[in-house]
Amino acid sequence: MIDVTILVNGVPRRVPADLSLAAALWRLGIHRFRTDRDGAPRAPVCGMGTCFECRVEVDGRTGVRSCLLPVREGLRVELPA
Amino acid sequence: MSAPVLARRLDLVVVGAGPAGLAAADAAAGVGRQVLVLDQAPRPGGQIWRHRPGDVLPVEARTLLDRVRPPRVAVACGASVVDAPGPGQLIVDFGGRLAAVETGAVVLATGATERLLPFPGWTLPGVVGVGGMQALLKAGLPVAGSRIVIAGSGPLPWPVAAALHHEGAVVEEILEQADALAVARFALSLIGRPATLARALRYRAATLGIPYRTGGWVVRAEGTDRVTHAVLRVGGRERRIACDWLATAAGLVPRTELAQLLGCTVHEERIVVDQRQATTVRGVWAAGECTGVAGDRAARVEGTIAGLAAMGVERIPGALFRRRDRERRFGELLAQRFAPRRELRERVTAETILCRCEDVRAGAIDPAWSARQAKLWTRVGMGACQGAVCGLACRTLYGWDTAVPRPPLGQPPLGSWARALGEATPPSATPPSPAPPIP
Ligand SMILES: Cc1cc2nc3c(=O)[nH]c(=O)nc-3n(C[C@H](O)[C@H](O)[C@H](O)COP(=O)(O)OP(=O)(O)OC[C@H]3O[C@@H](n4cnc5c(N)ncnc54)[C@H](O)[C@@H]3O)c2cc1C
Ligand code: FES
Repeated sequence: MIDVTILVNGVPRRVPADLSLAAALWRLGIHRFRTDRDGAPRAPVCGMGTCFECRVEVDGRTGVRSCLLPVREGLRVELPA
Repeated sequence: MSAPVLARRLDLVVVGAGPAGLAAADAAAGVGRQVLVLDQAPRPGGQIWRHRPGDVLPVEARTLLDRVRPPRVAVACGASVVDAPGPGQLIVDFGGRLAAVETGAVVLATGATERLLPFPGWTLPGVVGVGGMQALLKAGLPVAGSRIVIAGSGPLPWPVAAALHHEGAVVEEILEQADALAVARFALSLIGRPATLARALRYRAATLGIPYRTGGWVVRAEGTDRVTHAVLRVGGRERRIACDWLATAAGLVPRTELAQLLGCTVHEERIVVDQRQATTVRGVWAAGECTGVAGDRAARVEGTIAGLAAMGVERIPGALFRRRDRERRFGELLAQRFAPRRELRERVTAETILCRCEDVRAGAIDPAWSARQAKLWTRVGMGACQGAVCGLACRTLYGWDTAVPRPPLGQPPLGSWARALGEATPPSATPPSPAPPIP
């Protein structure tokens, strides 16, 4: 399978092409896609674009549903620390 | 309302590229019309035929996907319909760029979503829907060696368990919230549906060895950074089980938010349609699970009828209607046998988060309110998902009606949203990029 490089908080990471960004991030061991008001982590739930729990910042755009977005070379994703 | 308008003159726009939408597009193209199919997913196929390049699909899926592609039909994926200012006009978010699409007719084929009900711990990472687990798996989530508990309802847990097992996951058990009697009566009714029965037996054969328990559900999920344990209640006893994923939902529900924006009547959670799949709004038809959950066969035949009816075909073969009605009866049976049990509604405590987007806890809600009052006083349903999750939950928990969502659906880029609304003369927009070729 071909790999692509995505930038996770500026750090280059190799992931298989054709994955959704949500699947790719989980595969990298990331379980905090966003943080709720109490500081608790949130992560994908529906996998199909309805719940918005997987939303992240991609290439400067906020609120992007990572479950609907396939990874691509050079994609920049910003996640909460 | 004005937004960049796509130049192409269209006879039909189909929203949703699942079995229903594909069948509708195929039927309309078959009578020589210009059709555009829009879907927010990266590839056509809908839920059941969700795939990545190289995945093997069943023959009926391949046939349909092969017919519904350029040049016969225009297909735009990664395209969310976010507003519908009029029956002939849709505002579409093409991956960050908004454009208005004008059309003579619309077929809504937006499918279903899961009934995700709140319980303590349901916001922990690793707690997902049953179909959600399936969707993430099909999107490339690695599951080999992961311990997974499935607590769902109806037929969906079966293909999901089979797929997870096939990928090397350890499916610890499958819980069905309905009672043994309801499940037995459902199983008996499959005798009259040999194709469905064959499918069910195939899934069962693929999941032999995985315990299946009726009358069981999740009480709570535990963990700090992600789920580590699920507390289950089966046969009157509670049990704590270690897991990496907890896939749970109370069955499927039609997805109707776009229909509501268009002003279509929605009754008992379904888009209301007539014999010819017409909604209550002129120029708008609906097909598939957004009109009631009845499986992919119902979706396909309804799509065909809707596509033909929307293109003004008068003589639609009677056999199609008969098949549709038969599949619909199966849908009614599903709804009866797998209705969410009362105990699922009694799991929330004051501390349980109800609205995941706005972090509103159940304790802040008075069940005697209406959905509108709750929105005003607590912001429940005002977040990114526009109540897609919590609105449904409140309806199930408190019997509230469905609040009509505010456009735009989702979170299209705000700057471009304002521009799209404010622009007087639309500049020429680039048409959506065509769908990737189907393998
Ligand atoms: C998560 C999930 C997983 C499922 N998995 C299976 C399975 O493995 N096997 C099985 O037999 N059945 C499965 N089902 C049941 C399945 O939904 C039906 O059998 C069948 O897919 C229904 O077809 P449909 O065309 O009505 O809707 P769908 O197949 O759901 O297609 C609807 C499409 O509309 C799109 N859409 C919705 N709103 C918008 C919008 N505003 N803008 C753009 N696009 C939009 C969606 O992205 C989706 O692709 C699943 C259901 C769900 C919800
Ligand atoms: S996981 Fe629900 S919207 Fe992405």
